[in-house]
Amino acid sequence: MRRFIAGAAALVAAFVVSTQPAAACAGLIGPNGAVNLLRTTTFAGYHDGIEHYVTAFKFQGGSGQFGSLVPLPGVPTSVEKGGDWTLQRLIRETEIAKFNVRGPIPLAASADAVVLMQVKIDALDITVLSGGGESVGRWATEHGFRLPPDAPEVLDFYAARSPIFMAAIFDADAAKAKGQQIGDGTPVHITIPTANPWVPLRILATGKKADARVDADVYLLTDRKPLLLPAPFANGMELQYSQTASASLLNDLRADKGMDWVPEMAWLTKIGINAAASQLTYDLAISANGKVPSRVAAGLEAPANPTTPATNAPSNEPLALVGIAILALGAVLLIGRLAPRSVKP
Amino acid sequence: MRQVVVALALAAFAASACASAQAATPTQVGIRIHYSRFEPSTIEVPAGVPITFTIVNDDPIDHEWLIGDSNFHNRHRTGTEAVHGDRPDEVSLPPMSIRRTTLTFPPGTYLYICHFPGHEAYGMVGTLVAKG
Repeated sequence: MRRFIAGAAALVAAFVVSTQPAAACAGLIGPNGAVNLLRTTTFAGYHDGIEHYVTAFKFQGGSGQFGSLVPLPGVPTSVEKGGDWTLQRLIRETEIAKFNVRGPIPLAASADAVVLMQVKIDALDITVLSGGGESVGRWATEHGFRLPPDAPEVLDFYAARSPIFMAAIFDADAAKAKGQQIGDGTPVHITIPTANPWVPLRILATGKKADARVDADVYLLTDRKPLLLPAPFANGMELQYSQTASASLLNDLRADKGMDWVPEMAWLTKIGINAAASQLTYDLAISANGKVPSRVAAGLEAPANPTTPATNAPSNEPLALVGIAILALGAVLLIGRLAPRSVKP
Repeated sequence: MRQVVVALALAAFAASACASAQAATPTQVGIRIHYSRFEPSTIEVPAGVPITFTIVNDDPIDHEWLIGDSNFHNRHRTGTEAVHGDRPDEVSLPPMSIRRTTLTFPPGTYLYICHFPGHEAYGMVGTLVAKG
């Protein structure tokens, strides 16, 4: 059997990025003149201990910059422009056939975040960071991200399991200059060795009010039917598709740029996320080797010790899994460049 | 850096604790900001006495500590001042920073709030009661 290790789909939360000092009072962020992140689509797969991760950002309107921080399960070895149709092909596959469901890098919190890689892809400036939640948050703040108030706790939550993050800053003005149209996506392909399969879901709720909705579609492609934790039947999760991946799908995926690693056989699972932000206190742990998925990986338990998952060595776990995730996020966060108003009494 | 800030915070809190032990109500107060919450979120101080606040921002994001009555907070909810700091009741706190300020309160109840977007709604609200 070909060995595939679990691929974790790192889901994306967008944060405000501003080149100007954050206003001290409320009202800076607003709908006028704002950039709106419409959808974030993500693909991640593992083959022989290597995860192939593709994410695409689509934007609508506005100007200026905004960005996202993505927790990653390991240190990438490369970041490059992704293929042209992988994400769309997966969406089409699961829309056609509906499934009726019944039922280690040591954590160094006090040190500065370490920049592992910097890549520019079209209008995206991507930086891969290693560090604890505090140092990554401080790096983001120093580089213009205006993180929401729940970010410090969420960053610590992820850094305890994998102190690797990807910061992506989208420059809407540069996108316009390059001729990108509203709704255009920029696919990014990240190659990540990792042994810990999990799909971050909690990050999707970051910066949202408790009753705000979070919508996402998570696609998993494994060499056999995976075990999932939490089971996708409650808490805003719904198993929407679960069957052997078709040969045509795998062939189409394999034909896309950088996708020649796609296996000959796989199991395709689609999980729909439609939850209130307050429900998303967990991640999605995946196991394709018959073992019970890790409660730590699912975010249901804190790790006993700071994790050391971020090595470049492929895992020796004898399980086969390719994970593919696609997110369909609604409007996430805005960047406002409204004229400051003086309220000095 | 966090260790330094935490150490200083602990020193500040220790000073506050000493003050608490010597008097029924303190004249020095330590406030920690962690995970976008004020700790403590309820404080009682004597009215008419200068109170020195040591405020420690243990988060990697900007916060502010603004204390006043409802009119004061209504102004700040709709304002966009880039930085506070020229008034003792308006304190801006960069990531991992410590600020001190001294205020004297007439008897009454006051709120201290961070008015960065979304922070008040997230729970960055505390109450100070000045007793005469």
